[in-house]
Amino acid sequence: MKATTPAADRPQRRFNLLGTLVLHFRPRRVPERTLRFTLTWGLGGMAVVLVLLQLFSGLLLKFAYAPVPTQAYESLVRLQEGFLFGRLVRNIHFWSANLLVVVVCLHGLRVFFSGGFHPPRRLNWVVGLSLLILVLASNLTGYLLPWDQLAYWATTICLGVLEYIPLVGSRLQQIALGGPQIGPAALRNFFALHTAVFPALIVMLMAFHFWRVRKAGGLVIPRAPAEELAKPAMVPTNPDLLLREAAMAMAVIAGVLVLSLLYDAPLGQPANPGLSPNPTKAPWYFAGIQELLVHFHPSFALLIVAALAFGAFYLPYLHYAETPAGVWFASATGRRTALAAAVVAGVATPLVVVLGEYAVDFSAMMPGLPQALSLGVVPTALLIAVVAGFYAVMARMFQASRLESVQAVFVFLAVGWALLTATCVFFRGQGMELRWPF
Amino acid sequence: MKPSKIQTPGAQKSNEAPAEVTRRSFLNILWAVLGLAALAEFLWLTVSFLRPAKPGSAESETDTVVPAGALTAFAPGTVTAFQKGEFYLVRLEDGGFLALSCKCTHLGCTVPWVEKEKKFLCPCHASAFDITGNVITSPAARPLDTYTVTVENKIVKVDTGRRFKRSRFDSGQPVYPPKE
Repeated sequence: MKATTPAADRPQRRFNLLGTLVLHFRPRRVPERTLRFTLTWGLGGMAVVLVLLQLFSGLLLKFAYAPVPTQAYESLVRLQEGFLFGRLVRNIHFWSANLLVVVVCLHGLRVFFSGGFHPPRRLNWVVGLSLLILVLASNLTGYLLPWDQLAYWATTICLGVLEYIPLVGSRLQQIALGGPQIGPAALRNFFALHTAVFPALIVMLMAFHFWRVRKAGGLVIPRAPAEELAKPAMVPTNPDLLLREAAMAMAVIAGVLVLSLLYDAPLGQPANPGLSPNPTKAPWYFAGIQELLVHFHPSFALLIVAALAFGAFYLPYLHYAETPAGVWFASATGRRTALAAAVVAGVATPLVVVLGEYAVDFSAMMPGLPQALSLGVVPTALLIAVVAGFYAVMARMFQASRLESVQAVFVFLAVGWALLTATCVFFRGQGMELRWPF
Repeated sequence: MKPSKIQTPGAQKSNEAPAEVTRRSFLNILWAVLGLAALAEFLWLTVSFLRPAKPGSAESETDTVVPAGALTAFAPGTVTAFQKGEFYLVRLEDGGFLALSCKCTHLGCTVPWVEKEKKFLCPCHASAFDITGNVITSPAARPLDTYTVTVENKIVKVDTGRRFKRSRFDSGQPVYPPKE
């Protein structure tokens, strides 16, 4: 077995690319318990495979695509109809892009709930979130490239939101658009960002991410809440870990292929700057923001998003009394508070959405006030009060520690966000009115 | 500073009196300053490279003024769409002209004029504007943007080069043709 070869023999070994180069950032041995599928669910590895699929399929697409408004759409039609497997390659790119967002989010949740963000893994939590942002940015910039109605208008409203960022907003929008509206300059910018800047940043940051995993001594070792860890039993990385990873990678590739064969990436009517479709929705991963925009003044919706993002980045640095790495949901109390939070958010969010649609209209209730107050300050203050109150109740009712209460708030907000996203994607019809999806 | 095994005269001195500027520390500072200056230059270069062409530059100056048509072609109380400049030429009931941008001020969708309801209705998020561009229904927070209208020799012209934001419609905004 390779892993047990004495060190003295190594220089005489034949040229071994796998062992010497590809695996140099892996440890030679890993704790046996970290191989448990229910620790990682293979999510980090899935993300790597999807990124690789993205790079390869994207590289192929680059040979077919013309980043000019007058030719972009036609070049895609030509790709799909004229190129051998052209449609399949585009479908693979489409599906692995969307799956990547899902997988990266789930990976983040897994790390959070298994206590993988405590020291020495705090910085890697920040790196991981940065990677999520880059993945979202890649997705958004890629969304415009097909230059059909869906692409054009979804990107228009996404860039429209930029204008509400205080101070730098209009400037930022100007730079992104390169003109009064989405046109050749915007497409050029998006193409450059999508095919060069973001992939390069993602690959570099991924390398850093993996290095930090290694520096932290590998993954958290799963354990029961009360269990103390003795010296863990180790197994060789090759083959114990590598075989599992290879199996996972092949399963992911097979899955993406099946999806790509069954469901085509959308390509609607060519973009028409004079005609907005009804309704126009942002890509699904930004639909949560769009749903917030229905309820809040745009500046305040962005403020909430910024606060959530900052909170997510700051999570590991809140000085917790205990740092139970490897214990799912921190403790027995943590499990109860998390469940309570999920139930409360699961009931409250749809209730608020429905009330906001049919019963409560802040701007009509306060006719004298400007919108920034009635749709901005008032509902934002309410939201802050709800979150703070929820934190206090969790701490009081369950005698929850800071970590357990913070986790409960995280669950509350995450479930709420997921439901807002689902509301916008499935339950909003013409003019963004609520409707049944079926 | 980490104590080094090789005691150079400079290091010795800086250990005893850290405030004193040695040749080495002076050169180090100089390098740092030069490096930062170089970095700033590159940043400035990158930013100015990426900045979009200024509105005053030669490329964008050409024909931003769109001749909309003869004065008599626009009856009071009508809205005429111009695909090329992406604006609406509105003639109010009192004869005043307004050129309204067709971009919704909420998120930038194109708002069609609905003649039946006498409203601009945004298909994206259901904002509604009246004929002067004022908001009737949120989420849009401010009225439709305007362009400058001029009337010369009974020809109405609209300058699409600059878009003006406003907080509400007021009587100073419409342009009235000179009385005959």
